[in-house]
Order: sequence, then C-alpha cells, then structure tokens
Amino acid sequence: MSQPATHHNKAAAAFLKNGQRAQWHDETLWFVRAKRDKAAHQIPEWEALRNLGSQIKEHTLSNLDEYLLQFEANAKKNGIKVHWANNAAEHNQIVYEILLHHNAVNVVKSKSMLTEECGLNHYLAERKISVVDTDLGEYIVQLRNEPPSHIVLPAIHLKKEDVSNTFHKHLHTEKNNQDPVYLTRAARQVLRKKFITADAAITGVNFAVAETGGIVVCTNEGNADLGVHANKVHIACMGFEKIIPRAQDLSVFLRLLARSATGQPITTYSSHFHRPKAGQEMHIVLVNNGRTEQLGREAFRNSLKCIRCAACFNTCPVYRRSGGHSYHNSVAGPIGSILAPNLDMRKNADLPFASTLCGSCTNVCPVKINIHEQLWSWRQVLMAEGYGGSAKKASMKLMTGVLSKPAVYRLSTGMARFFMRYLPFLVNNRLNPWYKQRDMPSAPKESFKDWYKKNRNHE
Amino acid sequence: MSNSRENILAAINANKPAPVELPEIPLFERKGDLVNVFIGALEFIGATSVKVTSLSEVDEYLESLQQAGTRLVNTIAELNGYNINAYKKANASELEALDTAFIKGRVGVAENGAIWVSESDMVNRLFPFICRKLVLVINAKDIVYNMHEAYRRIQVDEDGYGTFIAGPSKTADIEQSLVVGAHGPLELKVFIVS
Repeated sequence: MSQPATHHNKAAAAFLKNGQRAQWHDETLWFVRAKRDKAAHQIPEWEALRNLGSQIKEHTLSNLDEYLLQFEANAKKNGIKVHWANNAAEHNQIVYEILLHHNAVNVVKSKSMLTEECGLNHYLAERKISVVDTDLGEYIVQLRNEPPSHIVLPAIHLKKEDVSNTFHKHLHTEKNNQDPVYLTRAARQVLRKKFITADAAITGVNFAVAETGGIVVCTNEGNADLGVHANKVHIACMGFEKIIPRAQDLSVFLRLLARSATGQPITTYSSHFHRPKAGQEMHIVLVNNGRTEQLGREAFRNSLKCIRCAACFNTCPVYRRSGGHSYHNSVAGPIGSILAPNLDMRKNADLPFASTLCGSCTNVCPVKINIHEQLWSWRQVLMAEGYGGSAKKASMKLMTGVLSKPAVYRLSTGMARFFMRYLPFLVNNRLNPWYKQRDMPSAPKESFKDWYKKNRNHE
Repeated sequence: MSNSRENILAAINANKPAPVELPEIPLFERKGDLVNVFIGALEFIGATSVKVTSLSEVDEYLESLQQAGTRLVNTIAELNGYNINAYKKANASELEALDTAFIKGRVGVAENGAIWVSESDMVNRLFPFICRKLVLVINAKDIVYNMHEAYRRIQVDEDGYGTFIAGPSKTADIEQSLVVGAHGPLELKVFIVS
C-alpha cells in the first residue's frame, strides 16, 4: 500500500489561491457542460439512448467472461495477437516485450487512460524507450512533465500563455505568440515527424466488439489513425470492461459519447480496427488491474459501465473548483473518485469525500451510473474500514451521540443558535475546516420547535 | 501471461452479477429531407459540401486541382485521373507531401455528418489522414438518418479497417479554442451526387 497523496482538500485550497484562474476553470468547464446539454436536447430519444447504453453495459457485465472469450477467438481469427494482464506491472511488461521484440525505441501513443493508470510511459522511459503522447493536450502536459488533469481535455488547467511558454521552451516557437492556430500548427509539424519516424504505435480502445473481434478508437485529431497507419506495430491497450457484444451497439454509444463529452454530434474519427494492414502486426492487451474486484463489489460494480466521456467532471461543482490534479488519480472527477478507492483504499480515501453529493454527475451520465450514491456508499465503507481520519471519526461519533438523545440535541441546538448569533467567530474560524470557502446564514432567534409550539394553535 | 488469462476469467465468473437481458436497439427513424439535414450537420462540424447531379462536376474540380499542380491521389475509378498505382503502397514518409485525396464514402449519416469510409475504397489506410485536404464523394441515396441505420447498412469487418469521418481533424486543447486542422486534414470537402 502506498502513502496517502496530498489530501484533496489541501490540493483544492492550493488550486483556489489563484482566484481568477480558478474562476476561469469553473466557467470553461461549465461551458462544456452547457454544450453537452444543447447536444443532448436535440435528440428526442436521448433518455431512451441512456437506458439502452446502461442496459447493454449491464448485460455485458453479467456475461463478461463469455464475451471476452468470444472477443479473443474472433480477434485471433482476424490475425490479432491477444494478451491478458492481471495488473499494471504485467501490462507494462507485455507492452515492453512486444516493443523489444521489434527493436522499437520510439513510440507514438494516442490517448489511453489505461496506460496512465498503469504508469506505462515512466516504465518504458526507464528502459530507454521514448513514448510521445500525440493528442495535443497530452503532448502539452507531457512536455511540462505533468499528468493530464481531465480525461477528455488533458490540458484544461492551462491557459494559452502557459502553452505558449511551454512550446517556446521545447519547440522554439516565437516567444509570447499565444495564437492557438499558430501553436497547434507548430505541434502538428513536430508530431508529423514523430509519426513518420516512430517504430511502433500504442492506442487506447473506446470499444471492443465481441461478435467481430475488432476495436473502435475515437479521436478528433486523427492522431490514433496516423500513428497506427504509419507504423508496422500497433499495440492497443484496454481495460476489459470496454467490451460490448455487437457492432450495432456502437450506434448507441457513438450517439452518446461525443455529445456527452464535448457537445459534438460525434468525434471526427470513429475508427474500426479489425485486421492489421499488410506487413503490420496488431496486438491487444486486455487488462484487469482490480476490475474483477470492483465487479465483485455489488455497490460499485456498475462503475465499470463508464465510457469515459467526462460529463460528470464538467458538471461537478467540486471538480470545476478544484482541478483534476487535486484528485491524484489517472481518472479524476466523480467517476475517478469511485474507481480510485478500489485501486488503493488508503491512498484514495479522501476522494469520495470530494463531492457535495448533489447528484448532477448521475443526471448527466450517458450510461446511468449512480455516481453520487456510490460516492456516499464509499464513505460508509471507508469509515468502517478505518480510513476516515481521526477528526472525521470523532465528529461522527459525537454527532451520533447527540442525534440519538433528544434532550442533548435540544440543548446543543439552542447553544449553537446562541453562539452563532452572538459569538459567530467561535464557530466561523480558521480551526473549523467547514468554513473554508463557506459562509453560514445568520441563525434564527428561535428553533423551529419553539416556533411550532407558539404557532400550532393559530389555525 | 497464460495464468493471468485463467485467473481473470475465473475471477469474473465468480464475481459477475446475475444475468441481465441484452436489449434490442430500435431504429429511431425520422422522416424529412435527409440531404439537407446532412448538409447542415457537415457545416456544423466544419466541412464544406457541394450538391452535384453528376460525377462530371467532380471531374471538373479534380482537373482544376491537377492544372494548378496539386499533388493528389484519386482512388475513385469512376472519376478521371484514377492514379492509385503511384501511391498504393507508399509509406508515411513518401506520402507526407500529398496534398489532396479523393475517396468514395459508403454511407453518410444526416444527424451528425459522419461518412463511413472502408479500407477497400481508401486503398491505402494513410490517405484520408495524411493529406492536407480530403475530398469524399457520396451518393445522395446512401445518406441515412442516424447511426442505427448506418450500422445496418455497413459490415464493420468487411475490410480490415473502416472509419466514420466527420469533418476535418480538429482540436480545442489550447484553452478550448477550436482549431481546425490538428494532425489529419485541414479541410474536408464532400460532394453529394444525386
């Protein structure tokens, strides 16, 4: 077990120190959420699609082993080599051995949260294999030696002056030229050379189709396709929950995915890879890394339905005001806060508490994962397992004592009203973390109970 | 890792929930002028479109590009200047200077502007991605309303590779500013032949 990372609320406080930047982050992500709403509202059958997406995924989870076997058999018939990895270390080793076999030292990689989860770049770098992330946002954060802060918009925590400075330093673009077109063209030129001179391409997987034994990769930039088609080796890495039964199921998910993610009707490219091109080798690595355990946790198993659209990030009031890095997990946001404790309870015990439980995440989820309920359930599990922290435990214990004894409750609410009316600084001070970023309403003169006693006979 | 395969399958088998039924997917049909809806969607995603009544209009466009000295590949045998042989097996480095590619689209989706392009039509998988400008030619009768109908029309594994292309490549990764032309084509032009 690893040591706890910087606690979410500490990291969030640091994020909020730059108020202007935090507000920009908040508003920008809310704008993406608004685009999602507009796109969803144009589809009369949107709710029916969400139901279908959810049902297809639930069905798949209930037959997961059979579909994986069917997928493996069909992929092999298609000439694809299929590998199974039980954990991140095995995944990294499999990828490394394939690359080693081909003497590959320069690799281009399109977006894959799974390889982030497994720490593949770092692992390969230690073995003298260079991996270039070719999605523009991922390329920017890679140059800065930072992890992505969002699974769809990896560099959403940065402003164009940051990108301009980073490109000036690494790509020698004009100093202070912040024009997004200029900067994008500069990256295009550099990455074109990388695509052409690489030895192998790694991609993620959005969907793997059991009945046809092929995979689908969605991008807007065309970087996955350019990388794969320009190279002799294609390695696709996927968490095994990406499997779906039929090709026609794609019609449901492709209508939901981009609309939920960015408000686009569909990504620019939805590419279906079924057989390697002549002279090419294609590998698929199926990864577990704790997913079978999550499948066995009844309260959390349907987090495996996730299609990684990040709609729950964009709508989340906590994510928008704390930034992706405060979640210290490859998948941030509300869904990441459900997935992370399964990977490491101790390290990620703070994340299910990084939520207001407002339920907005659940309402926008295209596959109807009950995200806010699972966050609540994780809190119960974490407290019971002793990961809640001593302060939280003591206050919960006190609360339980007060709430279970009516006389004590009456006395304590009376005292609270007194202190908040006449001595508010005793409650609202630096020692009480609840008051960070919050103000309390002024306390009423009397309790509801007293008011009711006086007024109940008026009618 | 041969043990891992068995371990994973056994753990899934032990932990999977009770059977849930697989739903049928309706067509969600919609009536209307599909070509106009398609044109609207193409405009929204940053592509340009031209309605033509015969392929000779596409020929004229292709010839005008040739006369201007544009380096192009035409994979559509029905058009003049079919020239795949020079590029059929070319690699990325040889194709880097390719300016324009003409490719046939199989099915167009009115709702989102996506066009299915299959490997046998693109000839070389690199063509639609490495060119600066992509020209897709599609028959008006091959336009369907939505993705459900599109998947009924295509066979995803008919070729080793196929892709829905919806507009020119794009990115908004720098401060959410949309930039058309990321790694793939900077431009997509669609001819709709009625």
